[in-house]
Amino acid sequence: MQPPILSLNDVRVTFTTLDGEVEAVRGVALDVHAGETVAIVGESGSGKSQLMMAVMGLLARNGHASGRADYRGVNLIGMPKSELNTIRGSKITMIFQEPMTSLDPLYTIGNQLMEPIIRHRKLNKTEARVRALDMLRLVSIPEPERRLNSYPHELSGGQRQRVMIAMALANNPDILIADEPTTALDVTIQAEILELMAALQRELGMGLVFITHDLNIVRRIADRVVVMRHGEIVEQGPAKEIFARPQHPYTKELLSAEPEGRKAPVAAGAPEILVGDNIRVTFNIGGGFLSGPPLVLKAVDGVSVHLRQGQTIGIVGESGSGKSTLARALLRLLPSQGPVHFDGQDISAKSVKDMRPLRSELQVVLQDPFGSLSPRLTAGQIVTEGLLVHEPAISAAERDRRAIAAFTEVGLDPRLRNRYPHEFSGGQRQRIAIARAIILKPKVVVLDEPTSALDRQVQKQIVELLRKLQREHNLSYLFISHDLAVVRAMSDHIMVMKDGKLVEQGTPDEVMGNPREDYTKRLMAAAFAA
Amino acid sequence: MLRYVLRRLLTAIPTMFVIVTISFFLMRVAPGGPFNQEKGLNPVIKANLERVFHLDQPLWRQYLYYLQNLLKGDFGPSYNLPDFTVADLFASGLPVSIQIGSMALGLALIVGIALGIWAALHQNQGTDYAVVALATAGSTIPTFVIAPLFQLAFALSLKWFPVGGWGDGAWVNKVGPILTLMLPQLAIVSRLMRGSMIEALHAHHIRTARALGLSEFSVVLKHALRGALLPIISYAGPAAAALLTGSVIVETIFQIPGIGRYFVEAALNRDYTLVMGTVVVVAIFTVLFNFIVDLLYAAVDPRVRYD
Repeated sequence: MQPPILSLNDVRVTFTTLDGEVEAVRGVALDVHAGETVAIVGESGSGKSQLMMAVMGLLARNGHASGRADYRGVNLIGMPKSELNTIRGSKITMIFQEPMTSLDPLYTIGNQLMEPIIRHRKLNKTEARVRALDMLRLVSIPEPERRLNSYPHELSGGQRQRVMIAMALANNPDILIADEPTTALDVTIQAEILELMAALQRELGMGLVFITHDLNIVRRIADRVVVMRHGEIVEQGPAKEIFARPQHPYTKELLSAEPEGRKAPVAAGAPEILVGDNIRVTFNIGGGFLSGPPLVLKAVDGVSVHLRQGQTIGIVGESGSGKSTLARALLRLLPSQGPVHFDGQDISAKSVKDMRPLRSELQVVLQDPFGSLSPRLTAGQIVTEGLLVHEPAISAAERDRRAIAAFTEVGLDPRLRNRYPHEFSGGQRQRIAIARAIILKPKVVVLDEPTSALDRQVQKQIVELLRKLQREHNLSYLFISHDLAVVRAMSDHIMVMKDGKLVEQGTPDEVMGNPREDYTKRLMAAAFAA
Repeated sequence: MLRYVLRRLLTAIPTMFVIVTISFFLMRVAPGGPFNQEKGLNPVIKANLERVFHLDQPLWRQYLYYLQNLLKGDFGPSYNLPDFTVADLFASGLPVSIQIGSMALGLALIVGIALGIWAALHQNQGTDYAVVALATAGSTIPTFVIAPLFQLAFALSLKWFPVGGWGDGAWVNKVGPILTLMLPQLAIVSRLMRGSMIEALHAHHIRTARALGLSEFSVVLKHALRGALLPIISYAGPAAAALLTGSVIVETIFQIPGIGRYFVEAALNRDYTLVMGTVVVVAIFTVLFNFIVDLLYAAVDPRVRYD
């Protein structure tokens, strides 16, 4: 066997913080061979990204790396920047998760693409432009000549990630490190990017280090899997073996973290609790003094929803498909056309004030467990805030009693209720957001990507919690997500949306097992490809 | 782009009109008038003066007279400096103020941006603390303290520069006023630049640039600096409008014939036309520089659209 191109030995990363030294990576050893795909998996905080940042010399100012990271026999750790800069971007490159912000917004694609080519290959501008065009063609960007003059904000997320890949590969590197490169993308785009990377890897024969928390991706592309936890490697080996016979308990836990089970359909006679008929939402873009008529965007275009008591309707679709907008229209949080009935009464014409008494029965839990909780209120205050509005008569002691009950119900220690949101983990915060909704005894809860920002294991726990609450309180859920595995486990009815329209609907088995429409087929193939 | 410029110029007209109207009536709410202070002024002469200047007319008619003259470009005569029209005073004073102000701001921007970048690159090290300390001192010490200290040290003791006066625009006479005006600006600009540069260096695309092995020079001066300049541009517009129209403190202490001192003198003397003149000049500068800021903003950041 040939010697590895990249060989890590006893790599350690420490961060100097106000609370003292924090060890993020504790002595990792790892080899990457030519043409091989190594997947590093682990939950957030496992040190998988920082390990590779250390190799690339990209640690934050307060970070410090030690150990050896030998690239063809030369240790990269501790190498002076000027020397490192001859290797970074030409022999080893790295692409990142955030396609929206990883390109400089102020320079054209062409300018940014040509810069590393000119720097590392010592080409002139004309030659670099030719190479840049070749690279854009290689990553299948349509109209490459025109795109050279485009700015990043004029490209979609998937296209930006393609440009990032083009930039990284322009100098034929030996190793590409990809840090969650598809996590921020929609599933169909995700599949395209993965295919592209796999094809380019075969073509160029480079080693690929793929950092991810998504085991679906690992199963699809990795030759070798490295499982990290708390800054250490707990297990590594060929992908097939790890998936078939995981040795370490943590690996087993990771592998079984996929949400399981199905939801039984509700009885045919269950009353319809929230009904929207032919809902339309339009936005006007631009327009005004001296700028002509506005552009009309149809965010939701004639979609009907019939949610029964105890039912969970999963709404799936890619970003921009209108799924969240539809939910907001049903909750009367934004103006829409088409009648909406809640619990038998027409709420489509109700004013903000008239809606208020109904709000306690129509609750919402949002995606971002960091942004949707006020950082200046304690968890207890956040959870009981709605009671102040809807049941102003109850005493402070009674409110506290209900808070304790709600905390217990969502599986949080009630003694934690005087802490502030930043003292909780992502999963705990999502539990707080759920407690805030159920303390008001709602009939309908809209769950807008409630598990998307969470690690798989935590996701599974939240899914189980939501199911338990539904059984106990006979709740009806509108479950919005782009994560089809979670939707499949949660819903008894699924609606697929695209460009504001309903593409297809039915039971999970119908939609996922036997999709009728092309778009649904593509979506399913991208999400569940083995 | 052209339509944008046109629209901005059109919206400037009602802005100016509102400013002129409010200032005109606000000024007249203050008691007294231009000819009240001089003790024992013969009532007949006072009445004559007031008739000549239409001050005996109802206020709304005086307002219309003023607007009419203003549209013709006539700012009227100064009541307290009867040998000059307001336009004469500006013609001689404005170039002086613009020279001093633009030199001060220009230097503050160049030095401040450089210091800010330097501090940002050495965040939480000695050099960074030095710049922050300088910036804090610069923005807390008022100009009426800096100016006399400069005169004491460099004019009286070292005799490098004259204590004051314009000297027909000799450069030695300008050093003191420029430095005095510059220091507080330098403090603000360097502090602003340090903050926005630190933020810019943390951007994801900077990490990308480093991962691609671009030189530190390119990372800092091409990719980080451009975005980091946006807050400076926002600040520099209004600052230019304020500095280029002169400073009463600096002009008084250094005895320079700019227009800054008219703000105070004219208001105290109820020199109505001169007050209105300064208001119009400052308003024009403010509108103009805000417009320039918006154009620059769009030039630096392609995401900003003209609409």
